[in-house]
Amino acid sequence: MTDNSSTQGPATESAWTMLFGAWLLSCVAVLGALFLSEVMNIPPCSLCWYQRIFMFPLAILLPLGLFPFDRRIVRYTLPLALVGWLIGAFHVLLIHGVIPESLKPCTQGVPCTEIQIQWFGFVTIPLLSLLSFTIIVALLFAAHLRIKK
Amino acid sequence: MNRKTLFIGSAVLLLAAFVIGAIYYQGQLSKQAEELAARNQTRLVRLYSPTFGNPQAKVHIVEFLDPACGTCAQFYPEVKRIMAENPDRIRLTIRHVPFHNGSEPVVRVLEASRLQDKYLETLRALLGSQSTWVVNHVAQFDRIWGPLQGLGLDLDKLRIDMNAPEIAQHIEQDLADASALAVTATPEFFVNGRPMPSFGLRQLEGLVKDALEASY
Repeated sequence: MTDNSSTQGPATESAWTMLFGAWLLSCVAVLGALFLSEVMNIPPCSLCWYQRIFMFPLAILLPLGLFPFDRRIVRYTLPLALVGWLIGAFHVLLIHGVIPESLKPCTQGVPCTEIQIQWFGFVTIPLLSLLSFTIIVALLFAAHLRIKK
Repeated sequence: MNRKTLFIGSAVLLLAAFVIGAIYYQGQLSKQAEELAARNQTRLVRLYSPTFGNPQAKVHIVEFLDPACGTCAQFYPEVKRIMAENPDRIRLTIRHVPFHNGSEPVVRVLEASRLQDKYLETLRALLGSQSTWVVNHVAQFDRIWGPLQGLGLDLDKLRIDMNAPEIAQHIEQDLADASALAVTATPEFFVNGRPMPSFGLRQLEGLVKDALEASY
């Protein structure tokens, strides 16, 4: 039973569903990011671009691991999601002033500390990004545990 | 449910939501722009604004233009073409919005050229030679004089006239009107008071066609 395209068993069944959920969320994040920049014309700052670099491939890579089911997909996508999560966390800390201004890596173009959208008083674009990366990392990690079983 | 159906169905749903959302948002934006323009009709044209074409023409294009803007240079021949295709039915007013760095003195030169009745010639020469005096989106004032040779302009007079206080006031007023009409990028066109639904030559041609059909 080393065939990695096996789709039998409840463990792989739920792992598939988790990977599918991660893909769904990455697509919402990609389309949301494109909506903000291309439709609403909100220019992405440089940290946003780095987060995009780690989010966009997930929407392409995850389906490749779904059809046929490939348990190694976690190995290829989890590192991307983890790096994206780190950048997202850095960005959120930056806009909340936890990391001082002098550490700000972007000096040209749109400042990363500028809050361009705030829903319900606390939901900002970097927060949505961090939330997406957090859930994707959790789903990928849970899928990894199921597959190992 | 079949996994492939679930996957393809989700992808199609997400894309459809994106497209519908984008169309809806664009529609809201253009409605807002139209209402804003309707509320600020008096700000579209000022008495001093340079206007060309048949004064009795029923279709009136107002263009907010920056002589240092590349897209304005590309649109200029198209606007001339649209006017030539409908002789005596379209007039054109130009408002100056020097959004580019260094572009303000160039606009003052343009305004000063009107005193010598050489505005269109000066505008054409500046737009045609734009790549020689705009470097990395910054207008280089020293470099505009070469292209202005041979137009029959008295350049010494131009250098004095461009500092007239009225010209500074005109630019200030143009910028204030642009701000009130939410003109943030150039070129921006209004045809009989209506803004473009979204940016593009096709949209401008559509507005002109609508206005021509409504007026003639």
